[in-house]
Amino acid sequence: MTGSHSHATGSPYAPHTEEERAAMLEAVGAEAVEELFDIPEAVEFDGEFGIDARTERETRELVRSLLERNDDLTELLGRGHYGYYVPSLVDHLADRSEFLTSYTQYQPEVSQGFLQALFEYQSLLVELTGLEIANCSMYDAATALGEAATLADRVRSTSGTRVLVPDLLREGRRSTLENYVAGTDLVVEEYPTEDGGVDLAALEDGVDDEVVMIYAENPTIRGTIEERLDEIGDLADDAGALFALGSDPIALSLLERPVDVGADVVVGDASVLGLPTSYGMGLGLFACREDYLRQVPGRLVGASEDATDRRAYTLTLQTREQHIRRERATSNICTNQAWVALRTAMHAATLGPSGMVDLAKRGVRRAEDLAERVDDLVGVEAPVHDRHHLREFVARVDQPARAIAADLEDRGYAVHVVGDHELQICVAGATDEQIDGFVEALSEVVR
Amino acid sequence: MTDTDDNVRYDQARYVENGQYEPLLSEKDLTRVEIGEENGGDDGDDSPLPDDLTRDSLELPELSEPELVRHYTRLSQMIYGIDSGPYPLGSCTMKYNPKFTEDVAALPDGAVHPDRSEESVQGTLELLYRLQDYLGRIGGMDAVTLQPPAGAAGEFVGIRVAAAYHEHNGEGHRDEVIVPESAHGTNFASAALGGYEVVSLPSDDEGRVDLEALEAALSENTAALMLTNPNTLGLFERDIEEIAEMVHDVGGLLYYDGANLNALLGRARPGDMGFDVMHYNVHKTFATPHGGGGPGAGPVGVVDELAPFLPSPRVRTDGDASYELFEPEHTIGKVHGFHGNWLVLVKTFAYIARLGDEGLTDASAKAVLNANYLASRIEYDVPYEPFHHEFVASAGDQDAADVAKRMLDYGVHPPTTKWPEIVPEALMTEPTEVESKDTLDRLAAAFNAVAGEDDATLEDAPERTTARRIDQTSAARSPRLSWQTLSEEEE
Repeated sequence: MTGSHSHATGSPYAPHTEEERAAMLEAVGAEAVEELFDIPEAVEFDGEFGIDARTERETRELVRSLLERNDDLTELLGRGHYGYYVPSLVDHLADRSEFLTSYTQYQPEVSQGFLQALFEYQSLLVELTGLEIANCSMYDAATALGEAATLADRVRSTSGTRVLVPDLLREGRRSTLENYVAGTDLVVEEYPTEDGGVDLAALEDGVDDEVVMIYAENPTIRGTIEERLDEIGDLADDAGALFALGSDPIALSLLERPVDVGADVVVGDASVLGLPTSYGMGLGLFACREDYLRQVPGRLVGASEDATDRRAYTLTLQTREQHIRRERATSNICTNQAWVALRTAMHAATLGPSGMVDLAKRGVRRAEDLAERVDDLVGVEAPVHDRHHLREFVARVDQPARAIAADLEDRGYAVHVVGDHELQICVAGATDEQIDGFVEALSEVVR
Repeated sequence: MTDTDDNVRYDQARYVENGQYEPLLSEKDLTRVEIGEENGGDDGDDSPLPDDLTRDSLELPELSEPELVRHYTRLSQMIYGIDSGPYPLGSCTMKYNPKFTEDVAALPDGAVHPDRSEESVQGTLELLYRLQDYLGRIGGMDAVTLQPPAGAAGEFVGIRVAAAYHEHNGEGHRDEVIVPESAHGTNFASAALGGYEVVSLPSDDEGRVDLEALEAALSENTAALMLTNPNTLGLFERDIEEIAEMVHDVGGLLYYDGANLNALLGRARPGDMGFDVMHYNVHKTFATPHGGGGPGAGPVGVVDELAPFLPSPRVRTDGDASYELFEPEHTIGKVHGFHGNWLVLVKTFAYIARLGDEGLTDASAKAVLNANYLASRIEYDVPYEPFHHEFVASAGDQDAADVAKRMLDYGVHPPTTKWPEIVPEALMTEPTEVESKDTLDRLAAAFNAVAGEDDATLEDAPERTTARRIDQTSAARSPRLSWQTLSEEEE
């Protein structure tokens, strides 16, 4: 091992000097640390993992040199994970070490700052969804959808078992949902979509009183904005089923309020605000009607009073949770995404309501503008769906989509391939210059 | 408590305005922005969508950057973290989080979209591959998935993998998972989420698995036994080989809850003890920050026989520095929309690469030494021994929750309280390897000062924290979970 730190053969983060170690051993009446381990010889391990230790500088260099192998592409990618610009304020403040190095607020009296930030995050979601209750995080959109289904399982008014999801649902969400309901008698079924939106007639035909949850997304995974959400809400209501809506904080700043279309639960990825592109890491948004308060999964921050009668915050209604209710808990979640929720709240606060609405409007305008520009190219039609779009859209290409995407990648651009002749293009985090460059590259590729 | 220099004292920041602590953002400003096709303003304000597809307005705080920076700086000062002082929260392994890991997680080259082509993210895939390999070595496991976003998610993967394995072998009738009474609450909840009957297993007089009770609980219906080793009392399950044999004899799988792995780094591996499947709590054992409750990550390791059932995708290499994603043959599918908590996984990789064999083995040595030293310095009784990285003391006639509140006044974070229930008024204490002898002495002094105080003093605590004792009953009886609820209340 090379390097100059003083703990040449141990953890650099354990501060013991040799003298202290000796004094501590003496205090506990042992001659060597090994005596403190009560491990049967047969299962002892010699400590040889074969992992070399490195200095801090060497480790940074190692990670840098690994990640350097990634190609430097301009990403026009979305489909559930978005690379919006995150203001500097978020990194600097969320990285303050009290935020970063504390844990779940089991001692609320010394954790008021984090609890308040999470209370503000919950309030943000209440405003965005119009629903009364929001928890302070699930892992991501897919697991939040899974939790919505288990909530439906617990609160259903019938013996029904059907959970209906759109045929466009991303495979990762569908598969995660299947795992979450594997321990219940729920069955996940697809309903058809038409021209990028819910096929309402087909859905209506498929709904009976065996349905316990209908799930829809707005915008859809193909970037289209749903136009008849209230009718889905009515269908669910008539069937006695839960209407679960998938969305995100930017879309919710502009699109119809979930409460106004009859949504009972809202799930989705809240980290569209707060996290840069992070290889799919997210923040599960979960909000629901007050009726389900005692059945909500995850942690809830509530206001109370302290001994001086001042308002103070604390985790509350914990009898729903695994550490108290064990196998009868509403979820198994313990560690969540609290720090990401903090970042989301900070990003939203930085934008303010006007900035959030503007960001969403820009997402509509820029997607429509780009669709028009690529539609002008020979051999490209966009958007494929005759709908309004938010931040992404599907384009039809005459040539095989795979070949076009590969050629684009050679020119430094990444887009989705969503069909043999379909590309999906997202403007979320792209600058105007990047979009100009992309149009130029696409025009060369399809030429 | 007298304010002499002999006492460790920690007065936490406290802002008061109009008789309240730091106001909510909504109390500083609320601005309503109207949304419409024809807003009357300039073109930029008009909505690009028809009115029936949009909301009418959005009402949130509109504050300047300097105002927000002060708000969040104040909030941060009203939080106690591991960087503030010792944080011996049992079973949570609150280690110091090395600062450099934040820098590697922030490298721009790592900020890639999960739908990028595999050829264009070879660096990301190689890092993940190497981390799978590191974790396999550390746990003595043959195959690893990095997808589960937390420890409980890892448990759930283990349960789903066990279910798929039994189903594959035509043994789908196995419907019971055995969990010791003293286990983490997530074990019960994860097994139940997977649809299993949970069979609770009592401890023996010495605080370990009761082999007779285990024998009675095991049957042809056993899908798995979930075990933490060392257990929540810090005791190593000395009969682990026999336990493994008993479980395997009835065709069950042995699951290792990795919450307490810090005790064993470099000294024993779950794979060598006979465990078939395990999760790693990287935010505990491998020092990624706990972030006020998360994110963590809960990778899962398995023996060869279970590898085909792991979540999809995993990373493999052709041995020629080329990496690709692949779907295990009988995969259970996905438990996260994409690849899990990437930013946490990078930090995990960096921590392990920094410490290496010597550092990891030294971490468990000093974690166990610290727990033993601290226990030897405190006046509370520790009924179960020999413990490893954590011990469970009993507050005796005192209320453990009150002891914890009072400890806050002495500038330390208290232990986990009232659990496991096998110890009356439990104080579950895990100092980790990062505390020095001096810090442990101060921590012991805090325990001992509180041990000598009367109930009235304890019930009045804490007094030096931002908020004084908070009324939990009121919070639960009339839930106020948003600023909207608070303002309705005022009206």
